[in-house]
Order: sequence, then structure tokens, then C-alpha cells
Amino acid sequence: MAGPPEQAPAPGLRYAFGSVLSFFILLLIGVFAFSIRLFSVIKYESVIHEFDPYFNYRVTQFLTKNGIYDFWNWFDDRTWYPLGRVIGGTVYPGLTLTAGTIWWLLNSLNIPLSVETVCVFTAPIFSAFAAWATYLLTKEVKGAGAGLTAAALLAMVPSYISRSVAGSYDNEAVAIFALIFTFYLYIKTLNTGSLFYATLNAIAYFYMVCSWGGYTFIINLIPMHALLCIVTGRYSSRLYVAYAPLVVLGTLLAALVPVVGFNAVMTSEHFASFLVFIIIHVVALVDYIKGSLSPKMFKVAVTLVVSVGLAVCFAVVAVLVALVASSPTMGWSGRSLSLLDPTYASKYIPIIASVSEHQPPTWPSYFMDINVLAFLVPAGIIACFLPLSDASSFVVLYIVTSVYFSGVMVRLMLVLAPAACIMSGIALSEAFDVFTRSIKFQLPGLSGNSEVNAGDGSSSTVVAQNDAAKTDKREDTLKDRPSRKNKKKEKEKEHVEKAPVKSKVKRLLVLPLEASVVALLLIVLLGAFYVVHCVWAAAEAYSAPSIVLTSHSHDGLHVFDDFREAYAWLSHNTDVDDKVASWWDYGYQTTAMANRTVIVDNNTWNNTHIATVGTAMSSPEKAAWEIFNSLDVKYVLVVFGGLVGYPSDDINKFLWMVRIGGGVFPHIKEPDYLRDGQYRIDSQATPTMLNCLMYKLSYYRFVETDGKAFDRVRRTEIGKKYFKLTHFDEVFTTHHWMVRIYKLRPPKNRIRGKTKKPKSKGSSTTSSKRGGTRKKNPWH
Amino acid sequence: MGFRFYLLAILISLLSTSVLSDLILSKVDRRIDLTSQIVRITTAIKVENTGSEPVSEFLLAFPEHQAKNLAYLTSAANEGKGKVKDSTSSLPIEAVDLNGMPPALSFYSVSLPKGLAKGEILTLDVLAVFTHLLRPFPEKITQADIQLMLFEDSAHYLSPYEVKVQSLSVKLPDARIEFYTKVDNTKIHGSEIKYGPYEDLPSFSYLPIGIHFESNQPFAVASELVREIEISHWGNVMVTEHYKLIHGGAQSKGEFSRLDYQARPNIRGASAFRRLVAKLPPRAHSVYYRDEIGNISTSNLWSDSKKTELVIEPRYPMFGGWRTAFTIGYGLPLQDFMFESEGKRFLNISFGSPINDVVIDNLIVKVVLPEGSTDISVSAPFLLKQRQETKISHLDLVGRPVHVLEKTNVVPEHNQYFQVYYKFNKLSMLREPLMLISGFFFLFVACIVYTHADLTISKSSASYLAKQQWDEVQTAIEQVQNIIHRCLAVHDKLEASLRDLSRTGDVQACKAARKSADVLLKEVSKELKPLLSFLQSSLPAAQIYPKVEELVAKEKELQARLMVKHSTVVDCYEKKSGGRDVEKKVAPQQLKLTALRQEVDDLLDFIDEI
Repeated sequence: MAGPPEQAPAPGLRYAFGSVLSFFILLLIGVFAFSIRLFSVIKYESVIHEFDPYFNYRVTQFLTKNGIYDFWNWFDDRTWYPLGRVIGGTVYPGLTLTAGTIWWLLNSLNIPLSVETVCVFTAPIFSAFAAWATYLLTKEVKGAGAGLTAAALLAMVPSYISRSVAGSYDNEAVAIFALIFTFYLYIKTLNTGSLFYATLNAIAYFYMVCSWGGYTFIINLIPMHALLCIVTGRYSSRLYVAYAPLVVLGTLLAALVPVVGFNAVMTSEHFASFLVFIIIHVVALVDYIKGSLSPKMFKVAVTLVVSVGLAVCFAVVAVLVALVASSPTMGWSGRSLSLLDPTYASKYIPIIASVSEHQPPTWPSYFMDINVLAFLVPAGIIACFLPLSDASSFVVLYIVTSVYFSGVMVRLMLVLAPAACIMSGIALSEAFDVFTRSIKFQLPGLSGNSEVNAGDGSSSTVVAQNDAAKTDKREDTLKDRPSRKNKKKEKEKEHVEKAPVKSKVKRLLVLPLEASVVALLLIVLLGAFYVVHCVWAAAEAYSAPSIVLTSHSHDGLHVFDDFREAYAWLSHNTDVDDKVASWWDYGYQTTAMANRTVIVDNNTWNNTHIATVGTAMSSPEKAAWEIFNSLDVKYVLVVFGGLVGYPSDDINKFLWMVRIGGGVFPHIKEPDYLRDGQYRIDSQATPTMLNCLMYKLSYYRFVETDGKAFDRVRRTEIGKKYFKLTHFDEVFTTHHWMVRIYKLRPPKNRIRGKTKKPKSKGSSTTSSKRGGTRKKNPWH
Repeated sequence: MGFRFYLLAILISLLSTSVLSDLILSKVDRRIDLTSQIVRITTAIKVENTGSEPVSEFLLAFPEHQAKNLAYLTSAANEGKGKVKDSTSSLPIEAVDLNGMPPALSFYSVSLPKGLAKGEILTLDVLAVFTHLLRPFPEKITQADIQLMLFEDSAHYLSPYEVKVQSLSVKLPDARIEFYTKVDNTKIHGSEIKYGPYEDLPSFSYLPIGIHFESNQPFAVASELVREIEISHWGNVMVTEHYKLIHGGAQSKGEFSRLDYQARPNIRGASAFRRLVAKLPPRAHSVYYRDEIGNISTSNLWSDSKKTELVIEPRYPMFGGWRTAFTIGYGLPLQDFMFESEGKRFLNISFGSPINDVVIDNLIVKVVLPEGSTDISVSAPFLLKQRQETKISHLDLVGRPVHVLEKTNVVPEHNQYFQVYYKFNKLSMLREPLMLISGFFFLFVACIVYTHADLTISKSSASYLAKQQWDEVQTAIEQVQNIIHRCLAVHDKLEASLRDLSRTGDVQACKAARKSADVLLKEVSKELKPLLSFLQSSLPAAQIYPKVEELVAKEKELQARLMVKHSTVVDCYEKKSGGRDVEKKVAPQQLKLTALRQEVDDLLDFIDEI
């Protein structure tokens, strides 16, 4: 925390020094934010991680290859076979366009980086941006010291690292930056009342809408704050300028994004903003009339308007309510509803509930993800109330709502993290202020001549003076003052000065010297602990790319690269138009890495289709074969962890397949797969379980590995050990058996009495050679 | 075993064709090496000129199915008995199209070094290397089957000349031999089959034989290999090799069971190969092995001073007909490969793939020279298709010249050095750093200019002037504020001195403080005057001036009261009156002081807000 330089003999120089210092601190924070996310590249390799990033990567590849127009019109026929997917209209394009632009820019400067490299490093770059945006936001709220602290905290908060390590090329990577930056511009507009910032704010909001579905958080939080300001009597023209243009411009811009479109005005997520928009206009009108009428006239007018206005309002509200109520989900999307009612998803939409990141978090995960910030947040909230300004009330509202949301879904911990960082930054910086001031005040050597050499690098000049807190405040706002010469900034500064609401706290906050020294040490220790934890989290917990697994054992490091082995095999040794069926988790990776058509993927937009695959997996072999054959599937891919003990395999996900399948096709009943309510695959398992396709494909010839068929994930011997496949052929199994690929047997084996078709059962390559002249499937 | 001796009928009808010249082959020894997928036929020929004319060329004949798979052909004159295997003695060979010769045969003419005079005898060593000459039979096998290969050739040496004495030996891999054609004088000795000797055979005699044998050698065929050799004069040669590999043996059919493969890899998967060895030049560094979806972790690297050995495993074991694609890259020190001669630089580097025993159907070598290279020429020991390209790489302006060499059917014998000559000015190396430096320089200059320049469009517009005036006013007000703050600080000091006094009773110190404060305040008021008069005169300040005035007045009052209080207290202490007295006297003053202080603060806040 660079203390703000005080106005003293050579103010210009000191400001320059201060701003240069904070510039370099910010630069270092940016570098730090970038480099702490490189553990994944150093420990593993420069590769795209997990599932969704692979889709984004593929879209980016398409964008860079075919250009923006083709991208908007892209109908992807390699997924959701035979439905396909309109990518341009169903994808949040922000991330893709960002990375595409970076790639294009670099290439036009003749820096030939591959699309993959750009994608891998987009997230770390944007986390540096996010740290800087946090600095700006917090500076608007509580001054530069708090800003720097918050930026430093955000640069390494584990929750954010988990989504933005190099390679984690996901929407959230840029969305968090967009979120913070939008909030910053809102606060900035609120503090300055400048229409310029209001416009920028709308554009930043547009970027956020482009980037992530979480933009609804913004469009609900800002109206809430505006409403809060109005209710608490803080209405001002600045608030109007900050709010009204955002709603108008922001909604118009948001409607331009294909994936949002008319949702921007038609779904309930956006309703609050319009309601508050009306309210703020009523308030503004009242304000205006109040100013132009005499008090008496005003009273008359109020009675008149209120009676008429109320009637109209009721009518409008009634119509709206009727409209909203007419839709079964009240106009809310499933994900939003599960936010408002945490039990909603598990009751009605198993597909949302089946995703682990949609589960509520546990307490340890709070500690893991935001660490000591969890304890600093309350202090920050208190600091925000001393004094409460428009800006600080906003961050308080932000933290309160995000704490709630993070409690509903683990994934939204990400929204909480910046708020927690801002709050903790404020808390730490205030604490530092108090302690250093106490020390300064009590050190005789310093207080004696503090007037002359006031403040070089630390909060100072606060001698035995009563309005210490206030002076401090001013210092903070002044700190960023640029040198006189810059007239443009001068104007800005003028606004900045307006911003902080005056502190009326005139108490002297002085603690005993020893206590403050100890407290300072403890705070530094706390910070050090946080840093250690964050580095550990970045290095150990969040850097694994999840497509490459490693394990340490007594004889060194083992690498499990089975997924890519299987995808590479598919990509090189199957026909280009073959369809691969797997559970939807592996859809994105299969299309991106193996370049094969899949039936379902991670964009779970069609529940029925997923249920069909789920049903096939939970059906006996013959029925499954018929389902797959009707979908023109050539290969079935299952993930099996029983040999090496990889826990997130298909057998463990199997109950979700049953549930989702059973949700659409009632002949699949979950209890059939459970013995006394317990999910088991050992000899106690139900016959339905032991005969379903997933079981068979996973455990085919598994018994021959060790003679007992001991499953290392479930820690038990499997129930049915010896069986033959009648409708599927094993065509590939990876080195550690983690991915097994089966080929559907051609239908001729099942039709007796018909003449044999010659040679339709060839190896994969023969079929690829004969791709052009494939015989028609008799089942169609 | 259905052999198709498709050449037989044609050839027999051709036996009567006239002999080209009067050469006679007095002895022919052929050795066919079938131990790998590449068929190497070494022939030692003793040529005798029985005619009267000196002969300067010698014809080699290959049947069509061999000729189209002929990858490499070299012949060397063997003077006397001493074995000379020097590449310099290799004789120029070219394909010739002879009229009146059977069309199913391809001919290559070897130019003899100095013409063979009458009665002279010359010994020639001919090495012919063929790819794809072994046919898998059966063509499709399951994982458990062994891979059987079929080789067809003639037991007699096919030549347009008469052959006096000849023999053939076929070397097979150490494994089962399913079948071989038995003709006269056939002997089998371990894994070697011997045919002959045969004596006095006319020209174009042909005796088809077939050998069917087990071969589990890696049939690694690169359907395409693109080698990119990029030269950086900063001291590095970067080689990137993109392989598209296929197992060229018998196609695999049916299931692939990992279980069987893991349990008994030599039986269930005998035909598959799982690793390849690349012999890189010594001092190779920055070696990587990846494919389009990332790094492939199954590789090993050993290096010593003689060579660097890279063992790579494809992601999955390669069964017959399976394909894979990967990229190997490595850096080499420039000085090992870059030389200079006659004012030109040349790169001297090997042509083919560093991987042993890979047949490359289509090899493309791209030599990327540094930007600014001119006069590019290539010298290679064999015929190549050449073309020029441009590649735009890091920070290039015009792009780097790329010399592209293409060759089909490449075998390890082609791993010879070739040279790329070009001219390059060392100063061009500095182009990119200079560009970067100047780029940043101009960026900073632009920043400086931007912050210093006044970018207002119209300097005389009213709003601009107003803004300028307003800026001045603001500066003035800020200064006033500063001054007031300083005053307040002085006040605080005085208060502090009073507190000290009450604690220590040191009147002198207090007085001294008072004196210094007086001096300071006087200075301050001096500074204040011009500012105030400026504000008074300035038009835009009209609105704010009263407040400033008020502020200054209040501050003056505060100052005065404080002075009074200070002197009262000091007086009291000098008179040694009791603490309570002092308090009593000061109390009213103190009240007013706090009130005033409050007002001043409020005013400051107010001015702040404007």
C-alpha cells in the first residue's frame, strides 16, 4: 500500500512520485496476476483445459479460419447429430471474438502465434486486466490505497485462479474483467455524473453481455443499487446519469447479441431494470417539479399526481404480473430459477443439478477459494459504512448479493471473489491506515517535524489533529492527482474530489504503539499466509488440465494421457463422418480433439437428446444398439476408471444418465438400478444394472486383467464378470483403460436367412476408404 | 499360394531381341535384403567388353513393378578387388527410354568412367533400393495373426546382356518362412535362401520366384513429411518435422483388445510397432514431440557427443493400416551446419528424416532463410523438385525466402547432405531489434507528445478560453486551500505546544514555538494576498470568491483567537497560576475556537465540492 503523498512544499513532484509508484505497483500486480497463472503451462504444457474451453477453442479456430460473418452464420453439423447446433446464435461470442481479435492483431503485426497459444494465454492476460479494473473500482470507492490492496488480492485470489489459469479458456476468464470494469464505470459515472462514462459503461455492459450469461447479475445489481439510493434519499442527477443511459443503451446493445436478442426485454431477469427505470424517472420528475413549484403548489400537485399515478401504476403492474405469470417458469430461465430457489434444479431439471459446479459449496470450499478474505470481508463492510457513500453502498450491496449466490452454486463463487477482494482491500488498507497513523503519532521523532517532511510514502501529516480520518480521506482522493500540466486529467480530478462523501467522524483513532505494531505484524503475517495459500492453490490445486492426469507414486511421476490417446485414435483411424456417442461430458472434447460428429455435448440445450443417449446407456445391449443405430452412431465411447482408480468415470455418472433418461423415457426407472436404494455394481447389484450397456462396455473383459475384476474406484469386485458382447466390438482401449471405444456391429449379423453382404465388417480404415460408397442402413 | 507371374509371358517373347552392344557379364552376384520393409538389392557385376568398340554406357533393367517403386539407385565402379565404397566413385545414372526394348522394362543407363575398351573388365557395384515392394499376404490380419509378406523377383538376373555366371542370395528376417519357390540349385541356409549358380544365360532371361515369409518389422510409412529448416543467424537452426505416419503392413481387422496387447504384446500385436528411433545430430536442443492436440509424453531422449537419440512412441501402438500424425522439432547450433565459401554462405544439412527405417512417400523440405537473403541456390546429390516461397514470420516486413525441395519415395539412403547457398548481409540481423526499439521509442514519444500537446481544435473558442480560465481559478483555489491547510497545521502545532506546556511547564519552548509559528503565518499571509486578488479579478471565480473570502476571514479570526489563547495560557504559566484558572480563562476562547475550526472545515469541504 503505497501511502499517498501529501501536499507539501513540492506537491507536483510528490504527486508525480505517487502516481509513478502506484503505476509500477499496478504493473507488478499485472505481471504477478499473469505469471501466477502459468503454473499449468510450466507443470504440464500449453494446452487447453477441461471441457468447455475446448468448445471455445474450436469456435475460435473456426472464427480465425472463416471470418466473422461465417462465424455468425455457423451451423455446426458435427454436434447434436442429427439436429446440429446454430453456434453463432447460441454462443456468447465475447471470449471468442476477444481471442480472435488478439490473434488477428498479432498476426497482422507478423507475430505468428497459433490460435491455441492465444487461447491458452487469454485468461491470464485478462486476469491482469481484472486486477487493474479492481484497482480502479476500489479507488473510486475508498481511495488508491485500498485500490492497490484490492488489486493485489484479486490478482491471486484462488477462486478466480481456478477459472483463469493458462489454458482455462472459458467465458468467465474475460467475463470477470468485464464485470468489474462495468461496475467501475458505473461507480465512476455515479461519482462524476459524466455522460461520457455513462456511455462507456453501456459499452462495457455490452462486452459483458457478449461474454457471459452472468450479465444478468449486473442488470439486477445496478437497479437494486439505484433503488437503494432512491429509497435512502440519495437520489441525485448523477445517479440518473449513471442509471438511465445504462438501461437504454445497455438494453439496446444487449439485444444485438444473438444469444440474448429479445430476451433483453422479454425475460424476467431484466424486469427489475425496467421497473427501476420507471421509478427513477418518477423520482426525477418529482425532483424537477419540486424545484420549479412553490411548496404549496407542490403539495397540490403531489396529491393530484399520486392519485392518478397510482391508478396507472397499478394497472401497468397488474398487466405485467399477468404476463409474467402466464409463462410456466415465470419468465425465468432454469439457471436463474435455481438461483432464486436453490431446490428448484434438483426437483425439476436434473441436467442442471447433475453438473458438479451447480451444487452448493461446502464451507471448506469457501476457505479454499477465498481464504482469509472470508474473515476480512466483515471488516471491509464496516469500513464501507464509515462513511457510507453511494459507491461504498454499492460494494456492500455487491458483496451481500454475491455471498447469497455463491451459497447456491459453487460456480458463482467466482462472482463473490472480486467483491471479497474489494472488501478485504478496503479493510486491510483502513487497518493499515489506522495502525501506521497510530505509530506515526506516537513516535516522537516523526511527529515533531511532520509538518515539514510530511508524508513521503506513508500516510502522514496527521499530527495530533482531530479530523484525522478526514484528512486521510482527502489524501487518498488527492493521491492520484496528476501533475498540473495535464489539463485533461485536472478536470477528472475535480470530479474525483467531489466523490467522497465527507466523513464527519472527528474522533481521533489512536491505538497504543505496541498494539499497533503487533497488529501491523499480524496483518502482514495474514497477508503472507494468504499469498502462500494462493500460490499453493495455483500450483497444486487448480493447474491440472484434467485431460492429462498425473499421479505420484514411489517410482516417480505417472502420466495418464488416455483421453488424448483415444481422441487421437478416433481422429486418425475413423472415417471423417462417423458419429461417436458418449455421455455429454465428452462431447466438446470429441468434436474439438477428434473432429468427429457427436450426438450430445456439454451445451445441454436439448434434454430429450441427452435423455436418448442416457437411455441407450442404461438399456440392455440390444435395445441400446437399436437406439444408437437409429442415430447412425458408429462408435460408442465410454470412460472407465476402474483399472487405475480414476473416480469421475461414466460408472460414477451413470445414475445421472438413468435419471435424465428416465425423465423423458419412463421405462427407465431409477429404482431398477438400485439395490435397496444403494447404487452398487458388485454381486448385489440388480440384474438391470448388470445388463445395461454402460456396465457391459465398461467392464468388458475387465476380469482378465487381474482375475478378480476388482474395481479400484468402487473398491469392490464387480458383479458380473464373464460376458460377451453381442452387438458391439471393442475397437480401441487406451493404455490405462480409461477410454474404451466400441464399434456397433453391422446389422447383418442380426438378420437370419438373408444373404450375407460381403466384407462389411472391415477394420476401421477399410471403412474409411469405403466411406464414399457406404451401403444404406437397412434399419432406416 | 496363387502367384501371378504376370511378367513371364511378356518376357519370354522378348528374349529374341537384339543385344545392345557386345558387353558380356562374366559374373553377377546379387544379394537381396528383405530384413526390413525396404528392399535392398546389391548387385556385383563383372562387365566384359567383347566387341571392338569401346563402350561408355552400361544398361540396368528393372521390371515395371520394381521400377515404379525404385527409390534409390547407385552404382560404383570397383577397381580391382579392393572394395571401394566411396561415394565419389559413384557413377552417374539416368533413366533412358530405349526403342525396340520391351515396354514392361525400365532401363537405366550407367555412364562408365572412361569407356570400356575391348577386352577390358570392369566390376560394378549396383545398389537398388525399393519401397513398397513387399506385399502383405494376406492383406488383412487380426491382432493375433502374424504378418506375412510376399516378395517376387526373378531367380535369374534380368539384363539386356548375356550373363555367364550368376548367383542370388536372399536375406530374410529371422523368422518363419512360409514358402519359397524351389527351382534348380536352391538352397536354404538359416534365414538365407540361395539360388544358383546359374551359367550361360541369354539376355532377358527371367525365372520368377516368390518368397512368402513372416516379417514383423515396423512398416512405418510417412505418407507425407514436411521438414522445415529455419535458419536464424543469431545462432540457431530450428528443424520442425511434421509426420503423417501410417503402418504400411497388413491391415488390421476385427477387434483391438488392449488386454491381449498388454498381456502378450509379442504374440497379440506382433505386427504392430510402438516406438520409433530418431537419430538427431549431436548438440540438438529444445527437442519437442507433439501433435495437434498437445504434447505426447511418451518419448525419451539420450544424448552424447556423437549423437542425440530420440525415442518416440506414438500415442497408441500402430497396427496395420492405422494412421497417426505428429510433429518433432529440435534446435541445432548454427555453427555446425553453416559454412562460408567464396563470399557465400551455405547450409549443409541432411536431407531425409532422422527416423530409422521410415519410408517417406512424399518429402517436402522447406529451407527458411533469414529475411534479406539473396542469390539462393541448392546443390543436392539427387534430382529434386524445387520452388521458391515466402514465409512471413516474427516481425518480418517482406517475409523470408523459403526454398522448397520435394521428393517422392525417400529411403534412408537419401539421408545425404545437401547445400543451400545464399548471400546474406549480417547487418540485416539488426533489422528486427531496431524495428522493435524504434517502435517502442515512437510509442513513448507519442505518449509524451500526447500528454504535452494541447489538442484543442480551436484555441479562440469561448469554451476553450473559459476552460482555461477555470483551470487557472482552480489552481489558485487549490493553492489557497493548501495555504489554509498549512495554517491549520501551524495551529495544530501551537496547540501541541500548549499541551506540552501543560505537561512539562516549559514556557520557553512554548514561546519558541509561538515565534516560529508567527513567522510561518506571516509568510503564509504574504503568499495568500496575490492569490486572493487574482481570484477577485477573475471572472469565472465570481461565484466561488465569496466563499474563499469567507474562508480566509474565518481562518484569520481563528488565527487571532488562537494567538490570544496561546498568549493567555503562556501568561498564566508565567504567572504560575493554577491549572484550573487557565482552563477557566481559556474555556470561552476554546469554545469559539472549536466552532470556528468547524466552520473552516466546512468551508473547505464546500470549496472542495465545487
